[in-house]
This record gives sequence, C-alpha cells and structure tokens, in this order.
Amino acid sequence: MTDATLNSGGESPKNRSLHTLDVRTKRRNRAESRFKAYGIAAILVGIFFLVVLAVSIIRSGAPAFSRTVVDIEFTLTQAQLDEAESQLFKTKAYQTMFIAALKEKLDARGLDVAFDDAAIERLLGKIGGDLRSFYAANPDQVGQAVSFQLPASSRVDGYFKGRVSRDTLQDSRFLMKTDLDLVDALHDAGIVRTAFNSTFITGADSGVDNPGGAGLGASVVGSFFMMLVVLVLSLPIGVAASIYLEEFAPKNRFTDLIEVNISNLAAVPSIVFGILGLAVFIQFMHLPQSAPLVGGLVLTLMTLPTIIISTRASLKSVPPSIRDAALGVGASKMQAVFHHVLPLAMPGILTGTIIGLAQALGETAPLLLIGMVGFVARGYPETVMAGFTEPNSAMPAQIYTWAARADASFYEKAWGGIIILLAFLLAMNIIAIILRRRFERRW
Amino acid sequence: MPLLWLILIVLGIAAAGYLLGRGRALASVGGDRRALHSLPSYYGANVALKAVVPAVLLLLVWLLAQPFYVNSVVSGLIPDSEIAEGSSRGLVLAEVRRTADGLDAAVAAGQMDEGFAGNAGADAAEVTQKLKDAGQIVTSQITAPILRAAQEYRVQNAAGRLWMAIAVIAVAVLGALWGLRETSAEFRARNVVETGIRALLIGAASIAILTTIGIVLSLVFNTVEFFRLYPASDFFTGLNWAPSFSGRGGASDLGVLPLLWGTFYISIVALAVAVPIGLFSAIYLSEYATPRVRAVAKPMLEILAGIPTIVYGLFALLTVGPLLMTVFGKEGLGWMQAGTAVMTAGLVMGIMLIPFVSSLSDDIINAVPQALRDGAYGLGATKSETIRQVVLPAALPGIVGAILLAASRAIGETMIVVLGAGAAARLSLNPFEAMTTVTAKIVSQLTGDADFASPEALVAFALGMTLFVITLGLNIFALYIVRKYREQYE
Repeated sequence: MTDATLNSGGESPKNRSLHTLDVRTKRRNRAESRFKAYGIAAILVGIFFLVVLAVSIIRSGAPAFSRTVVDIEFTLTQAQLDEAESQLFKTKAYQTMFIAALKEKLDARGLDVAFDDAAIERLLGKIGGDLRSFYAANPDQVGQAVSFQLPASSRVDGYFKGRVSRDTLQDSRFLMKTDLDLVDALHDAGIVRTAFNSTFITGADSGVDNPGGAGLGASVVGSFFMMLVVLVLSLPIGVAASIYLEEFAPKNRFTDLIEVNISNLAAVPSIVFGILGLAVFIQFMHLPQSAPLVGGLVLTLMTLPTIIISTRASLKSVPPSIRDAALGVGASKMQAVFHHVLPLAMPGILTGTIIGLAQALGETAPLLLIGMVGFVARGYPETVMAGFTEPNSAMPAQIYTWAARADASFYEKAWGGIIILLAFLLAMNIIAIILRRRFERRW
Repeated sequence: MPLLWLILIVLGIAAAGYLLGRGRALASVGGDRRALHSLPSYYGANVALKAVVPAVLLLLVWLLAQPFYVNSVVSGLIPDSEIAEGSSRGLVLAEVRRTADGLDAAVAAGQMDEGFAGNAGADAAEVTQKLKDAGQIVTSQITAPILRAAQEYRVQNAAGRLWMAIAVIAVAVLGALWGLRETSAEFRARNVVETGIRALLIGAASIAILTTIGIVLSLVFNTVEFFRLYPASDFFTGLNWAPSFSGRGGASDLGVLPLLWGTFYISIVALAVAVPIGLFSAIYLSEYATPRVRAVAKPMLEILAGIPTIVYGLFALLTVGPLLMTVFGKEGLGWMQAGTAVMTAGLVMGIMLIPFVSSLSDDIINAVPQALRDGAYGLGATKSETIRQVVLPAALPGIVGAILLAASRAIGETMIVVLGAGAAARLSLNPFEAMTTVTAKIVSQLTGDADFASPEALVAFALGMTLFVITLGLNIFALYIVRKYREQYE
C-alpha cells in the first residue's frame, strides 16, 4: 500500500483496486518467495549432505561387521595326529587331512565340484598351522568332531560383499575364476556362509597382508587409556583455571594475558598441538613414541580451552545471590566457591567435559605426529601401566592407517571403524544431554 | 614403576600428615574445637599441602633436569673421533640411550645379569651379541666408547633416580613436620590453606600461557634450526616444492608458495560451498523458520560440526572423490585425473564448515535488535527486503568475523586434505587437479623416515610456524572486527 501511494509513475492510484496486485507488488512478492526458497534450499542441502554422509558410512561400513566363514565339522583321530606330527612338513599334513575331510563331506552331499589343494589354500589361506595349534592347545578334542569356523580369504569375502565380481576378476595366485564355482557350490551347500565378525570388534590390527583379521579392539583400548589421561588431567586443571578466572582473578594484565591465551589456543589448528607434542614430549622429554600417555598429554592441552570455556559459562550461570548468602553467614570466599558455587555448577562442568572428551576422542592430526600411525597395534597391553607407556594405536589413528593402506579391502575396515567411533561419540553426547536435562537448574 | 610408587609414598605421607595435624590441633585445645582459629580439617590440610606441593615441585624439576645433567656427563665420555662423518653428537647420544635401554630390558628379561651389563671391562662385541640374542634392537656393532657411555648412562640414571626418591621423600617429610610444628590453637590455618589453594588455582590458569610458550618455543627453535640449513629467502619465495628423500641425496627444493597456494585454493572452494549454504540457512532459521522447524533443523546442521575430521577425510577419499571422477573423470568430462583433487577436499571441507558459518551467523542475526526490523516493516518493506537492506548490513561485521573464523578453520584443517587433496605440490588454477597444503606436508614430512635433523624434516616446523602465524592473524583480525562493530546496535 505504501508502495502504491509512493509510486508516482504509471497509472494513477485512484484507478487501482487494492484487490488486484500491480506488477511491482507481484515482483516484490516473487522476490520474497524466492528469497525464502533460497533459505529452505540451503537447509535442505545441508541436511542432504548429512544424509549422504550417514548413508555412505553405514553402507560402506556395515560389511566390516560380517565376514565369510567356512563352516566345517572335522574329526582328527589320534592316529592321524601322530602321523602328521611324524612328518617333516607337519602343517602341510594337517592341511591334507583337512582337505580330504572336506572332499568327503562334499561327496556325501552329492556335490560334484572338482578342486585341488591349491584352490582350498586360495579360499582359506594356509589352515594347517591353525589346525595344528588348535590341537596342540586342546589335546582332549582329538578324536572328537570339532566344528571349525574358518575365515575365508579376503578375496572370497569380497566376492560375497560385491567387491570382487566374476567379470572383473583376473586369475591370479590369490583367486581364480574357477574357484568361484567352488565357492558358489560350497555356499549352496551351506558350508560357506556369512557370519558376524567378532574379530573386528575385539581383535588387533593384523598388518598389511591380512585385512580379514584386522580388528579395532586394541586401538579402542589405546583410546581408552588416552581419554583416561585427558580426563584425569584436564578436568581438575580446567576447573581450577576456570574458578580462578571466574571467581578470584583481579582485573589486571596477567589475567588479560591468560584470557587472550585461552581464546587463542581454542583456535590453534590441532596439527600445531601435534608439533608441540612431538617437540616437547618426544624430542625434549624422551617420552616413548606412540604411547597413549603422550597422546593423552597432547589432547589434554588441546581440550583444556574447551573445558575452561564451558566451565566458566556454568560458573557464571550460578546466580550471585548464592555467593552472597554464603558470605553472609560467614563463609570465606574460598568456602563459598568450593562448598556452594562449584557443586551447583557441576552438572554443567561435567557436560562440558564429556563434550570436550568426545572432541578429543575423534581428533586425529596430532596423533599422526606423535607416531601413532607407523605403529601396528598387534595386541592388547599386558598390564595397566603398559597401557599408558607401551606403544599403541588409537581409534582415529587406526582408521587413518587402514584408509592409507593400498589394499581396498581395508577401506571397508576403515568405514567400520568409523561406525564404532561414531557410536562412542554418540553415546558420550547422549550422556551429556541426559546429564544436562536431569541436573541443569535454571535460575 | 618406581615413579608411581614414589608418588604414592608422597601421598601417603600427606594423608598421614592430615590426620596427625588434625589430631594435634584438637589435642592442643583439649578437644574443644571452638577454641581453634579454624576448623580442624584446615590444620590437617595445611600439613598435607606442605608435604605434597614442595615434594611434587621438586619431583617435576628433577625429572626435567636430570636428563640434561646425565647427557652432559655422558657426552663428555664420547671422544670426537667416535662421531662419524655426517653424524652428530646428538645421534651418537641417541645410540647410547638405545644401548642403555637395551641393557635395561635385557636385564629385566633375565637374559643378562646386572654384573655383566655394568661390567666396564666387558667386550663390546660380546655385549652386542648378547643384546641381539635378547631380542633387543641394536642398530650396528656397539663400539667400546659407546658401551662405556651407555653403562655410565645407566649408572648415572640409577643414581639420579635413587637420589630423587630420597630427596622427594625427605622434602615431603620435612614439609609435613613443618606443618605439624606450626599447628597450634592460634595458628590461622584456614588463611594459609586458602592462600595455598589460590596459588594452585593461579598455577592451573597459567598452564594456558605455558602451552602457548611451549608452542612458540618448539616452533621457533626448530624453525631457526631449519633456516640455518636452508635459506629463509628460498623458503618464502621458492616456487617449487620437491623434497629429496633421505638417503637418496640431492638438494631439496622447499618453497612454501605452492603449498600456500594449495591451502588457499582449497579454503576458497570450501568457503564458496559453506558461506552461501551456511548464511542462507542462518537467515532462514532465524527469520523465517517456525520454532518447530528450528528445533529440528538447527541440531541437524550442528551434527555436521561434531563429526570427527577423519570421517570427512574418508568421505572425501572414498565417496566424494570417486563420485566426482564419474562426472568429471575420464568417462565423463575428462577434466579430472584422480579422485584426490582440490575440488574433492574443498567440497568436503565446505560441508564441514556449514555449521560454523550458520551457527555463528545465526547468533549474530538474532542479536540484531527487533526494533530495526519493526522500523523496516513499518515503512512497508517485505520480509526479504528487511533482511537484505536492514538486518544483514547491521549484522555484517559479525558475519565477516564468522567467515574469517571459518577460513582459519579451513586453513588449519588437516585430515581432509591429507586424505582428499593429493600429495603433489603445484601451482595451478585447475580445481580438478591434485594439490597439497601446508598441513598435509607437515604430516608427510614428519611421519616419513627422514632424519630428524635434516632440513626435510625440520621444514615441517617452519611450515607449522607459517600456519600458526596465519591462523592466529586471522583469528585476531576476526575478533577485532567483531569487537569493533558489535556495540553499534546494542
């Protein structure tokens, strides 16, 4: 309407009805809805990216949790055991017996597929060693039927997961096209099947040549010890620093210096903290490389600003009347803070700490520099102390190691590792949200 | 392990001191606590603090100082003739340390007895063989001076550790006794304890300063070392990045410009993705969206900020890269050679930055006073006209600050570019080519097997310094802009 009165050009306002929109109003309305559409589109694009990310993580990562196994019942008699142990190539003897048993089983089911020993080796890897160590560890199982679940080789695994297909497969010493016929036959017979891959969750890294046996377990333990260091150091230091800055610090140069430093540290790229860790903890103090202790120290320095900022916010949200009341009944300033303000701020502090820990858990770049990547975490630490000081990997570093390996079957492991990592992060964030909902007080 | 025991012993002394101090204070007034200046627990805390704090400080100083002392003693045992051509005293000392660690481990494993490991007259060849048998890593034949030095190193370290334990425990006990002696009814225990706690709080707050000093020192020292080996002018103006690998010989070209170009190019692509999407989301969320939509959409976008960067890196390498290849690669338009490229990394980094831009801008747009909007509506402006001509100009400094902060994030981002941008440093305008960044090269130079004292490894510190200065400058500039213009509408 304002528009109509102001608009002197064109037709005279008198001749116009308010019920029909003029050209200019229409244009402005169109511009309005266009602008709104841009906003909706922007949000939809953002959410679309999130969905694509989620879908690609789940689709690519889910296969890591299953593996192809060969299910076979196998009986080894005492006579066979003695015979195998008497030979020069003992594991080879075990393998031959096993293959004979497998052939028998196939014949019994009326499956007629021709295969040789080499095909079985391509399918299962060298199984003789596993069999021998099994019977060496369980001598009472000799003579009884034992049902073995042997993991299939990574190529066969890839065949069932669609990574390897018949058309693109090139005959090699790893897998031949004819082997796939055997695999299909075994699959139809129910001998080859897909099972849950518990090794992936509990196992340790396996080295470059064995993607099938790679697991995240050891690096979860490494991450756990690292987070323990971060928690034990950053929570008390962060809370102490925040209490000083929020409750006691006088307004002077020194306080300003601390404040500026904290806000700058919060914005320093994480890789710079890695350089700091490398130079100070490893070069200068000679702490062990790739140890969770060093990783924890670096991540502590990185997390401190986050924890300090959130702790200060929750200290600030405690109303001054609480302090005044405490001071009024004769508490000292220190008592007012430690007995009254701090307990009231605790839920907020814990929430901030958990979120800071979650951030630290996913941080990768500093870990690369303190040597967590070159190291292959082959096993669990033996003692609690070794958990801190012995070289280990951490979840994100392990994921990076897998992603950087040339063998494409490790990619699946990397995605699977991401699912586990995100599950941890999600759990931590949910705990933080619950804490906040349950205990946060609004004044 | 002895360190852990030492700390436990000190804590034990403190706990005992707490009980004794508390008891003594109560005893001094015959159990009538009203006659005490402070609550009894403060007398206990006073004793405990005096036992723990000096002892722990001594422990920290000793732990830091002992390696220097031992190194200087051991270093004196190594004749100059022992330092091979192309090697340095530091490397020989590292060898000594390794040998000493090997001896320790061999003794701990029971494969060598203490007498043999410490035997000054032992034959070096025999020791080498024994160490190898014990499964210890021995780089080469241990020479007699190195073995002597390693043995001296062990002796010195063992002695140092013993004296440290004695000194720390003595200080703890003395501190506790001092605290106990002070304890009397008139002693102002609360005031003393509170002063002590206050000092601890200040100490905790100063860690931020120490961290910054640590960062700056570790960057500066190594950067200076690098510039001694490689001219600074070549580093800052060189157009070529071609480090030679250790052992292969030949001079390296270590020009930073291609890396900076890669960094900026990727950041620009990332901002080109993140700024429009983030800004329009923020506008929609703060001006148009119903509370319900806002409650759903805002956290959804913010999830993007909570995802670890390694996830984005993998997403770039394994999903976005191949996807772009099918469109722009050989089968499509033929612009792209490989999945890792500026476009890949930039796009994914842009996704990561959307919530940074949107959250910060959202806060800033919300901070624009409603009166400005009402004024514009009163004059007949439509909603979009109000936003474009009133709200956005008012919020502009804040938005620019937010974008600068996002840019500093993009420049410092590591994992996405390590996995998604490729490894080749080049100066090119084609966004579908692989380029590399400062952060990616810091990782590759320090995780490779280059010798730590070589310019190829030290250059990482100069790169880190460059990165630190750039991001710091951007952050300060962003804060300056936000601060300077913020109060205009408040």
